[in-house]
Amino acid sequence: MNGSIPFALCGAVLVGIGLYGVMAHDHLLRRLIAFNVTGSGVFLLFGSLSALSSGGATGAVPQALIITGIVVAVASTAFVLALVVRLKEEDVDAPAPGAFEGSSEHDDHAP
Amino acid sequence: MLLDLAAPDFPWIALSVAIPLFAALIAALSSALAPVVAMIAALLCLGAALWTAVLVTTHGAQEVAVGAWPPPLGIVLRADGLAVAMLITAGLVSIAAFAFARQAFSARTQTPETRSAYSFWPLGLCVLAGVNAAFVSNDLFNLYVALELTTIAAAALVAMSGSRAAFEAAIRYLMFALLGSLFYLLGVVLTYSTHGVLDIRLLAISAESGPSTIAAAALMSAGLMTKMALFPLHAWLPPAHSAAPAPASALLSALVVKPPFVILLRIWFEAMPELVTPTLAQAFGALGACGVLLGSILAMRQERLKLVVAYSTVAQLGYLVLVFPLAGGGGAQQPWAAGAWTGAIFLTLSHALAKGAMFLAAGAFVEARGNDRLDSLVGLAREMPISCFAFGLAAVSLMGLPPSGGFTGKYLLLTSSFASGQWWWGIVLVVGGLLSAVYLFGPLSLMFAREPALAVTPVSRARQSIALLLGLLSILLGLFSEAPYRLLQVDRPGAAAEGFT
Amino acid sequence: MTRALPLLVLSTSLIPACLIFFLAEKSARMRTVINLSGAIAKLALVAIMLEGVRSGATYEFRHTLLPGLELVLRVDPLALLFLTLSAFLWFLTTIYAIAYFHNGKDLSRFFGFFSLCVAATTGIALSGSFVTFFIFYELLTLATWPLVIHNGDQASISAGRRYLVYTMCGSALLLAAIVWLESLVGPIEFARRNALAGLDEWTLRLAFALLVAGLAVKAAMVPLHGWLPNAMVAPAPVSALLHAVAVVKAGAFGIVRVIYDVYGVALVDGIGVGLPLAVMASLTIVYGSLRALQQNDIKRRLAYSTVSQVSYIVLGASLFGPYATIGGLAHLVHQGLMKITLFFCAGSLAKQIGVTRIDQLDGVAHRMPLTMSAFSIAALGMIGIPPIAGFISKWYLGFGAVQAGQAWVLLVLAASSLLNAAYLLPLLARAWLRSSPEPTSEKRNPESDRWLIWPPLITAAAALAAGVFAGFVYSPLSWATLIISETYTP
Repeated sequence: MNGSIPFALCGAVLVGIGLYGVMAHDHLLRRLIAFNVTGSGVFLLFGSLSALSSGGATGAVPQALIITGIVVAVASTAFVLALVVRLKEEDVDAPAPGAFEGSSEHDDHAP
Repeated sequence: MLLDLAAPDFPWIALSVAIPLFAALIAALSSALAPVVAMIAALLCLGAALWTAVLVTTHGAQEVAVGAWPPPLGIVLRADGLAVAMLITAGLVSIAAFAFARQAFSARTQTPETRSAYSFWPLGLCVLAGVNAAFVSNDLFNLYVALELTTIAAAALVAMSGSRAAFEAAIRYLMFALLGSLFYLLGVVLTYSTHGVLDIRLLAISAESGPSTIAAAALMSAGLMTKMALFPLHAWLPPAHSAAPAPASALLSALVVKPPFVILLRIWFEAMPELVTPTLAQAFGALGACGVLLGSILAMRQERLKLVVAYSTVAQLGYLVLVFPLAGGGGAQQPWAAGAWTGAIFLTLSHALAKGAMFLAAGAFVEARGNDRLDSLVGLAREMPISCFAFGLAAVSLMGLPPSGGFTGKYLLLTSSFASGQWWWGIVLVVGGLLSAVYLFGPLSLMFAREPALAVTPVSRARQSIALLLGLLSILLGLFSEAPYRLLQVDRPGAAAEGFT
Repeated sequence: MTRALPLLVLSTSLIPACLIFFLAEKSARMRTVINLSGAIAKLALVAIMLEGVRSGATYEFRHTLLPGLELVLRVDPLALLFLTLSAFLWFLTTIYAIAYFHNGKDLSRFFGFFSLCVAATTGIALSGSFVTFFIFYELLTLATWPLVIHNGDQASISAGRRYLVYTMCGSALLLAAIVWLESLVGPIEFARRNALAGLDEWTLRLAFALLVAGLAVKAAMVPLHGWLPNAMVAPAPVSALLHAVAVVKAGAFGIVRVIYDVYGVALVDGIGVGLPLAVMASLTIVYGSLRALQQNDIKRRLAYSTVSQVSYIVLGASLFGPYATIGGLAHLVHQGLMKITLFFCAGSLAKQIGVTRIDQLDGVAHRMPLTMSAFSIAALGMIGIPPIAGFISKWYLGFGAVQAGQAWVLLVLAASSLLNAAYLLPLLARAWLRSSPEPTSEKRNPESDRWLIWPPLITAAAALAAGVFAGFVYSPLSWATLIISETYTP
């Protein structure tokens, strides 16, 4: 039972780091990686917390859910990457001022 | 045969998710078949939804354990009145959007530049599958998967036109949505670790208000509010919804923002009603009111029609969360029960129909004039009366003028606000209606103007009529509101009538 | 049959509206056929119901919107008074409009909204519940707006915007007040009186103020009348309909309903809001007349005259004597007949000989004698010269005011009549007594289009007949007496 507490703490720290990364960075790739860090933290937290509450072992349900969650996270990451690449290509075709960084800067300002 | 189909164990509910998913697969494989398959799938979804509505009204809420696995391990799909009403609306809007898109995105009209256009069909079908899944899922984690499916397909629709603005809008949308998903997921994790269940109805039994339950509910709500673009998390919506091509915008604005609201309703009203304190309810209302005011004011200041319509979505979504402070208000004097809860859902339904109609009409205007600037609307009342009429009918419903679904919803919310002595929300509703009149009658006035004459590319009357029919439905929803009202009452949560106490 | 009749009478204008929207612009004949058959069918149905209601029948149609909240169409004597007026004048206005717009543009749209406007008026007349009333009241706002901006020029669009700003704000107040009252007592139906008994006095007063403010926008009571003179940019048939039947009357009719069927005379008297309303109406009467004097444009002068005249109805309803109320209700019809005549004539003058200003009127009566005869009868009626209809209204109003102990109203009536004379008689004098500045040898007879001549002649004759045969059982006066006898002898 106590064995899962360090994992839970690790998970919480990862979530914290990840969320900080999402807020702090303008660069799209860094943000995306931060998302993934947060995601990993959430999954780790999920597994360890459910082990804590069910007395040692992680049940079938959390395992199934975590795997589903990872699949969803991979898919979303791939999709965002594809979009970022397309955006980059657009900039190469027709270079806009500020190119890559300029585009992500846009994300932080409400219209 | 018919008897067999009517049997309670036939998985009608599962069909509304399975059909569009399967159709999306075919559409992805064959661009020639895609438009036909999509239309058939949407029609079948509507048919299944209507039949489920019949079952739900006669036999009560329907449940299907997919693959016969019982919860908590298996997936249970459940259709109550709210879910069925949303399924029907989703079917109607997607039929309209697909019918309108047929000409624009069919394989025959493809040129190398628009080769990506056929991706509309699988993506649109995925959106339909995702929102339908969210409406009938009853398990917090399933809901997460449904939301993700919807979000990714929706973001791809935003990026579809391939312009730089569209890519930026899509990435911005995804950044918000992924953050929202993470918050939601964190809430789900906390819920599971506290209660050991994810099924909403099981949660309702086991949930007690401890700090971790409160934190879980707060995290999930924050995630959902991001996805439904509730003030102050609305900044992603207008660029995303206006960047997509018209039929995609119709799907996005009419459908994609609705599941988060429905889940919000389910979490607070069905799973954890005892957690809602008066302060929390007022805080929700305040966010909604800010959304109504800010969305309307920004809508007035736009110079492009699609942006006006998109900002109007921000405003309209604000009304919906007024259900939290108003629920249970003034039940005693009214002959109907659950006024505010039903009213908010009426607004959701009529907004879906009206906003779908409005974006399709805007699409017709863009095709006719080549752009969506407001000053290009001049003279359209003569050149495209059908689309203008459709826009007008949708506007009537969005403004909450009678007789329309928007009016029925607004009337119910208003009655609750006055009856419970919370007149300030009544003022928000009334002023919001006036503000929407300002930003919607502006474009309408321009359509009636005669000078200057502009060039016009004809759009077929049949395609213009699609928006008209959708707009008409949003009006009829108000004129024949008794049947939808009764449907929504099937298995409604107790807190909807009694309020949070 | 008693269930279907109200719905049928509503559909006689609703169905033509829907059909006409989808007609091609060039199928003018089809449009005329649909319009006129709808109007004639409506007249026939109204005739049937007039006979039925006089012998005590009521017709009622109910459609459930929400459990306990119903769309009620109910034919009672008051409903029928307004309905008959609108059916009769719709028929004539349609004929006039077809002739007026001969070879015009966007006519399918125009006549579609025109019929929709009449359907809304019919709905307002037949409303049996507050929500029903509001539904049709808003439908009227929406259906009239495209008519006001029909010309599509800058002036029309800005007049339309002004119209919307006023009416939408009014509707918002009205809706808030309706919902407020209904949140306290449940859905309100007009036939169930005393629904509000037992509410707090100040709640009742405030709600009354909101209701009247909301309705007074359409009734163009000062200071909420600002939209009406601007709406004059609309084509003449629209102005005629707006001023005589549709918009302003809907507001006045609503105020009458609120006083008699929602609050009830006793309650209004009890909370003491009748006198303020009467004072507001009196101020409107005098102010409208004074402003009318200053106008040189014929239609604008008539518009301010409407501001003034419609408030007679409100004045009659707010004095609570049976005679005053009879006068007010009769004036609902009388003013409609006289004002529509004036607008028909003004439209003909503008269209046939280009006369829109008062200083152009010199000698016009010699060029268009029939039109100006009708105009003169209506104008004299407005002033209150017996035996034309306007005299009857004023007589009953004055008599009722004295009976209700409000003799000061006589002063208002006298002042208003003098002012009416002051702003209408000069028009007649110019038209009949002066000679035309240019030789009257016109190539074309300006009265050659009989469809522009007959409608004003008929309405002028009706205004005369309503005065001369005021004792006849179906006269507006007798009908108003029938309505009031129900209220005062329960």
